[in-house]
Amino acid sequence: MKASQAIGSEHSSTAPVSIHDMTVAYHRKPVLWDVDFDAPEGKLIGIIGPNGAGKSTMIKAVLDLIPKASGRVSIYGKPYKRQRRLVAYVPQRETVDWDFPVHALDVVTMGRYGQIGWCKPVTRAHKDQAMAALERVGMADYARRQISQLSGGQQQRVFLARALVQEAQIYFMDEPSSGVDAATEKAIITLLQDLRSSNKTVLVVHHDLQTVSDYFDYLILLNMRIVAAGSTRDVFTKENLHKTYGGRLTLLDEAAQAIAR
Amino acid sequence: MRAILNVWGCAGMRKTQNLSTPTRPYFHTPILSLLFLIVVTLFFVPVQAEAEIDSIRSITDTRLQMPTWDQLIRVLTLRDYNTRVVVLGTLFLGSASGVIGTFMFLRKRALVGDAASHAALPGIGLAFIVMASVGGDGKYLPGLLLGAFISGLIGMGFILLIRHFTRLKEDAALGIVLSVFFGLGISILGVIQKMNIGHAAGLESFIYGKTASMLAQDAYLMGGAALVVTLLCGLLFKEFSLLCFDQDFACSQGWPVLFLDTLIMALVVAVTVMGLQAVGLILMVALLIIPPAAARFWTHHLYKMIFISAAIGSASGLLGAALSALVPRLPAGAIIVLITSSIFLMSLVFGPARGVLSRSIEQWTLNRKVASQHLLRAMYEWAEIHKNTQKSDDPLKGMTIRDLFGVRSWSHKQLKRILLRAQRQGMIYRGGDRTYHFTENGEWQSKRVVRNHRLWELYLVTHADIAPSHVDRDADQIEHVLERSMVDKLEKLLLSEHPNIGVIPPSPHDIGSKGLKQRSRK
Amino acid sequence: MTLMSLDIWIVTTGVLSALSCALLGNFLVLRRMSMMGDAISHAVLPGLAVAFLITSSRSNMPMFIGAGVVGVLTALFTQWIHRVGRVEQGAAMGVVFTTLFAIGLIIIVQAADAVDLDPGCVLYGAIELVPLDTAPFLGLHIPRAVWTLSLVFLVNVLLVILFYKELKISSFDEDLATTLGLNASCMHYLLMILVAITTVASFESVGSILVIAMFIVPGATAYLLTDRLHIMIGVSLVIGIMCAVGGHIAAVRLPAWWGLPDTSTAGMMAVVGGLLFFVALIASPRHGVASKLLHRFWLSVRITREDVLGILYRIEEFQPVRNHGVVPRILRDAKQTGPVIRWLALAQLMQAGKVKKASSGIQLTSKGRVHARNLIRTHRLWESYIEKHFVIPIDHLHAPAERLEHVTDPDMQKLLLEKTTNPQKDPHGKNIP
Repeated sequence: MKASQAIGSEHSSTAPVSIHDMTVAYHRKPVLWDVDFDAPEGKLIGIIGPNGAGKSTMIKAVLDLIPKASGRVSIYGKPYKRQRRLVAYVPQRETVDWDFPVHALDVVTMGRYGQIGWCKPVTRAHKDQAMAALERVGMADYARRQISQLSGGQQQRVFLARALVQEAQIYFMDEPSSGVDAATEKAIITLLQDLRSSNKTVLVVHHDLQTVSDYFDYLILLNMRIVAAGSTRDVFTKENLHKTYGGRLTLLDEAAQAIAR
Repeated sequence: MRAILNVWGCAGMRKTQNLSTPTRPYFHTPILSLLFLIVVTLFFVPVQAEAEIDSIRSITDTRLQMPTWDQLIRVLTLRDYNTRVVVLGTLFLGSASGVIGTFMFLRKRALVGDAASHAALPGIGLAFIVMASVGGDGKYLPGLLLGAFISGLIGMGFILLIRHFTRLKEDAALGIVLSVFFGLGISILGVIQKMNIGHAAGLESFIYGKTASMLAQDAYLMGGAALVVTLLCGLLFKEFSLLCFDQDFACSQGWPVLFLDTLIMALVVAVTVMGLQAVGLILMVALLIIPPAAARFWTHHLYKMIFISAAIGSASGLLGAALSALVPRLPAGAIIVLITSSIFLMSLVFGPARGVLSRSIEQWTLNRKVASQHLLRAMYEWAEIHKNTQKSDDPLKGMTIRDLFGVRSWSHKQLKRILLRAQRQGMIYRGGDRTYHFTENGEWQSKRVVRNHRLWELYLVTHADIAPSHVDRDADQIEHVLERSMVDKLEKLLLSEHPNIGVIPPSPHDIGSKGLKQRSRK
Repeated sequence: MTLMSLDIWIVTTGVLSALSCALLGNFLVLRRMSMMGDAISHAVLPGLAVAFLITSSRSNMPMFIGAGVVGVLTALFTQWIHRVGRVEQGAAMGVVFTTLFAIGLIIIVQAADAVDLDPGCVLYGAIELVPLDTAPFLGLHIPRAVWTLSLVFLVNVLLVILFYKELKISSFDEDLATTLGLNASCMHYLLMILVAITTVASFESVGSILVIAMFIVPGATAYLLTDRLHIMIGVSLVIGIMCAVGGHIAAVRLPAWWGLPDTSTAGMMAVVGGLLFFVALIASPRHGVASKLLHRFWLSVRITREDVLGILYRIEEFQPVRNHGVVPRILRDAKQTGPVIRWLALAQLMQAGKVKKASSGIQLTSKGRVHARNLIRTHRLWESYIEKHFVIPIDHLHAPAERLEHVTDPDMQKLLLEKTTNPQKDPHGKNIP
């Protein structure tokens, strides 16, 4: 019967990240509509779209940092809350206060805090792990430097190292290459590709269309909704890009207004 | 098993796992030593009044005169019972508020303490009414403090509520809670004053503070508060600092952000309530805000900052209490705040980490370095051009002042200063014909400077896709701050790609004197 | 002087000071500088004390000058510490105002002989004593505080009217104001001076700390009630008056309910303000918690109403044997609507004559069928639209369309038709009616 369809078919996906009918709203006004997406394992996935398309919103909603209006997210078939350990997150660089009195090593060690647990102190071993991660991003020389004295690219690398030290399976990165120099961007991408080759799944919000086809093997084109998703070769087409960047859907905007009313 | 369902529930399990790995530093050492200091100092709080109480002059004494040497010694060595209590009490208070204030400061919620202290007032009044009407002592301190604590917490709750349910911002939420709760408190105190349930006088000390008449039990209370706050901040150091630095990340790791936030707030309210009667409502705010703000100028390390902040807080508590004991009619609360803010001002100027002075010295040295490097490079490049136009066997002509003005737009005074300094440093010398020449050292230095500059330019052109006509300006800004390790890296990278660039690579752009001058005008 | 006129003067003083504060408070709230009001109201203390020391009189002019100077100094110091020391704005403010307050306190205590200034009186005022200090005018004995406050209120009104658009723009967007050639920082300091002067004028009546309640609470309450600036100012003034009048009445009458003596009018003014704010928070027509809940409730009733129509229509369309008995069950299980909403929705439908009771359950009337057809049409158009523009499995189309069909007005439907090029069948292959 038709009405029973409304309940929706139950997914039993065990994809690294599986998003079902996720709608996200700010003040009841939807900004991201019905995202339905299964991320393939061991892929470097780019999330691209114009400003205000909801790229960061999507990541934040998946990570429960902002509430979802509807929908759910599962990580390897289980709810995100039970799989937090498997997920690492690199927020946008601007979201934190870089004047905070800690040095680079401290920031990276924060990646281990989740595993250390309540009230337990940070030990030598954790610092060593953090140091190894810093080395991996080529920042070992700067370990003891206060974070405000690092350049934008170096700060981004520190954030990356903090995610690495979490030893996760899935990495969410919010514009890791914004405001960094070309060399850092290259280093970051190499690192991401390393992660992919060790079968990690990496989702990256990206803004530079020119480099998309070089960097990613899977793409999500986003503009208030998923315009296209699939392997870069299939979806990175002129037509799809036009649909993504060709302006917002007025109808959806109007509908969003009507819902918020 | 990877799933973590409940952080609390798993704590036991993790403890057993952790037994195998040695957990050496359980606390950051400064916090540990802070704890130790507090415990030790607690033993100095006298249990009983000694016979010398009367030696401290009464506050009603209006003579303004310098304290005698003898009095000074007495106060500083804490020989008097009263002084000892007061000084130690404020010392504890200063250290507690310094510790928890640091987290508030870093969370960018410095003014929450302000709201908390005002919001505590109705609780005090209500607690008094309740205790007095059931026949007990209306001014039983723990009862009053409990009332204050609860109403402070309710105030915090309202702030969260207003922020969550309305479009008002944090500042308005703070202001509303602060003023309405304070108004309520004033009204309740007004009622109490006219009630006939006994001596309400003295409740006002929660607004102004009554430092001078602090009792031993108050000092113990503050010591206990300092101990608890420091202990909790030590235990939850990692959690609190993560929360303050990057809330989103903490949330994505599964930390209960709201709980931690509330805990910090509760600690702030607790410390505020303890301090209310000592330094007074309004001035308690200062103890929460100023020491951390001052400590920030001294260090880039969080745990050191906490220690310094606690030290500043307790030092000003100590000094202020001692001063007000020595000088008549100096309200202790106010003088403590003044001392704290003088320390703040000093830190602002002299703090080695972020102080104005250290920053301007840094800037000044850099400017000097940049200026002299500009001179060296200008002279080198000028010589480079003229080598081509000159016959090769002629001795290299020196640069005249006019030549120097031709290559870079510097002011007369500036150039003179730079030249004098370079001469003093033995980089250049003035020839007989009023021209400037490199010394051997200067020539070597100039080669190094030019080499760095050109390497960096080359890097920018080849690796950063910057147009050759713009690289000079970009290189100009960065070359002076290039570190040794960066230069090495740069050299390695560029040499592998351009094996034949030589000791000093050619400039990627035209360095005619006109061009130089144009470019240096940013 | 009778007791009655005493009360009138107290209330007048309260109203005047509430009005002067509320007027400026609107801009403080909009500029997110509420705590600046708090800071300045604390910081004027040394200004007052110094003015007293120099002139050794309680005349108004020196006090206003002292307060104005300190008000500007507070703003300047805060800005300076924020910029030079790179300290966060709130903390910088905290450093400045506590220090200034401490200085003021020390001056007052040190010079207690020369200065007849009770810090308690400065902090929370003595509005009850206002009528005792009068100056004659036209044979009337008008309290001096009323004089002062009227003057300050007039000045505030004048300046706000004069600089209305400058204040408006610079509160909305400082950068925009600067690019338009207005001096935003000039407006900032003007506001600070006015705040300081108003604080001083009010300290006799509501006290320098409770003044902040009158600054922030009316403005914030008005902000919850309206979206237009000039209406907001008007509303805040009304709320200010209500605070003052209600505050005095409450101070006299409220404690008496419990057999207690009367209490401080100033304190109760703040409390009444807080209550008014709370009421606005709950019941504001657009931003209130209750109105939002109510709105949501009626929305879900409407949605359920439309769901009923939709389900009935689909049943008619789908099943030859019309089994209407399932409607309540579908509503309960698939839509998860509560019994009250279900009952209300059905009752409304029946009253509107869109459904009727039949032996097998409820049935569409012909009127209801028209409405239902339109809904189904919208639903299926949305499905086509979403199918065209979203990457979404075909069995997931229903849910978003379901959400959207309830908010689609005729204009949107027209647009929808345009964008979907008027299809005949939906993505599931069903007819679009």
